[in-house]
Amino acid sequence: MSRTVKLREIASARAGDKGNISNIAVWAYAAQDYPAIKAALTAQRVKTAFPDIFKGRIDRYELDALGGLNFVIHDGLEGGVNASLNLDSHGKSFSFLLLGLDVEI
Amino acid sequence: MKGISPMKHPVTASPAADHKAGLESGEKIVRIGCGAGFATDRIDPAVDLANRGQLDYLFFEGLAERTLAHSYLARQQNPAAGFNPTLERRIAAVLPGCHENGTRILTNMGAANPEAAGHAIAALARKLGIHGLTIAVVEGDNITSTLRPEMRLLESGELLSTISSRIVAANAYLGADPIIEALETGADIVITGRVADPSLVVAPLVHAFGWARDDWNRLGAGTLIGHLLECSCQVTGGYFADPGYKDVKNLAYVGYPLAEVSEDGSAVITKLPQTGGCVTPLTVREQMLYEVHDPGAYLTPDVSADFRRVRIEEVAPDRIRVAGALGQQRPAQLKATIGFDGGFLAETEISYAGPGAMMRAHLAKAVLEERMLNLHHCQYAIRYDFIGLNALHGTAGISGPEPLDIRLRAAMRSTDQDMCRTLLEEMEALWIAGPAGGGGVRGQIRPSITTQSVLIDRSLIKPVIKVIEA
Repeated sequence: MSRTVKLREIASARAGDKGNISNIAVWAYAAQDYPAIKAALTAQRVKTAFPDIFKGRIDRYELDALGGLNFVIHDGLEGGVNASLNLDSHGKSFSFLLLGLDVEI
Repeated sequence: MKGISPMKHPVTASPAADHKAGLESGEKIVRIGCGAGFATDRIDPAVDLANRGQLDYLFFEGLAERTLAHSYLARQQNPAAGFNPTLERRIAAVLPGCHENGTRILTNMGAANPEAAGHAIAALARKLGIHGLTIAVVEGDNITSTLRPEMRLLESGELLSTISSRIVAANAYLGADPIIEALETGADIVITGRVADPSLVVAPLVHAFGWARDDWNRLGAGTLIGHLLECSCQVTGGYFADPGYKDVKNLAYVGYPLAEVSEDGSAVITKLPQTGGCVTPLTVREQMLYEVHDPGAYLTPDVSADFRRVRIEEVAPDRIRVAGALGQQRPAQLKATIGFDGGFLAETEISYAGPGAMMRAHLAKAVLEERMLNLHHCQYAIRYDFIGLNALHGTAGISGPEPLDIRLRAAMRSTDQDMCRTLLEEMEALWIAGPAGGGGVRGQIRPSITTQSVLIDRSLIKPVIKVIEA
């Protein structure tokens, strides 16, 4: 039986920045949850969840053996450290945007 | 300043390593630690590494993208400045331990003036009574004279000639090669300006193990180790804790990382006993992809590293073995970062608390907005945030319940310093002319640097090594 949980319950995430590109890697705590995360957390899902802030293309790289997904979010930092007026111009806190999403497991 | 001195440390042997870890098994292990991951990182964990780490190498990384341009601005003000202002304090703290233990130091904190940094460290060593120290300085990353108007900017796709802002700095990312050359002089301390962060680790590994410069898999493995270490405690429990989910013991005294590297490029990532923090498969996984885009092609001047088949294994508590990084031929061109004068960033804040705090903060925002727009005719975009409600994630459309205590923030970028000042003054006026109970006004105007990148042919970059005997 499937149930819906916040991603934070089953995964950790870390955000980094390069220019106006944010990358957020999501790591399953338990290997058995990784397939569900991989199925639910598509690049499209991430894009659709936050269209106002993640404005460009999103590439997803999969590290199946390690249970990780790396989202590379172009035009995802309101201009990045160069131009953003966001208090968090690096988007360090954006990992928790993803961890707040609901996923079905 | 002298020419290249005779080699004190032969290329293929690291005398320091031979009597340290790995002796029992006969396998040569190189121990390399990271003492700083950003310009103003802590100093005490590096002192601990210097004193107790039995390290062959201790490196300090301190150059974010914009740091270097700010350093060039400092050098314009004072020709003897331009290197990291904490460098002397940092080296003074670790030098006794490093000298005692035969640990060689590498750092990119020479920033905009590695040579001045070298002389400052030489003077410092003499003052500490440490004699016979050799310092090698790597320069040649400054490419301002190599820039051509027809160069194309990577981010915008525009020609360099279309940028009207003043160029403050332009620096190519040097790789391991000149750092290896610096180590071959026998230097105890190597000071650079802009180099790729992982190259500060790849270079000593190539130097110690005699890896071939086209052994892409080993260079890929060395790059992984460098990447894991280069943000100091981000691999040992920093930037990690989430209470109840990811608990970290004794975070206040998080230990900084070291790697015990084998000749095949595999390594154990660990930290010193009796330090806080943790090294776990998850801290290593998280850091492995930090600021990485394609894990199959992490580009540095040394190699195109491939992390896709990396194996991460806990061999003992706080001891994580990493192996399996690969590599392919290094990129033909080097990346260079150009820093431009980006005007100013003005930020100012006021707080409201207690019943109706949110309503009063909204009123304060309305007053500020009205006056900036219609009285001062401010043409620059001002961002207003409610800190405590949704300042960081507001743009993403997220909001929470009304907080007890709210802080209004206004932020603006502009080349017009007077308008920046006006914004700060208008916020300050809200002490008396704004809603009831406003307090804690703080504001600052900071010069801003913006950056873009270009690719540049390797043949145009000529690193220079200078040796200073202290």
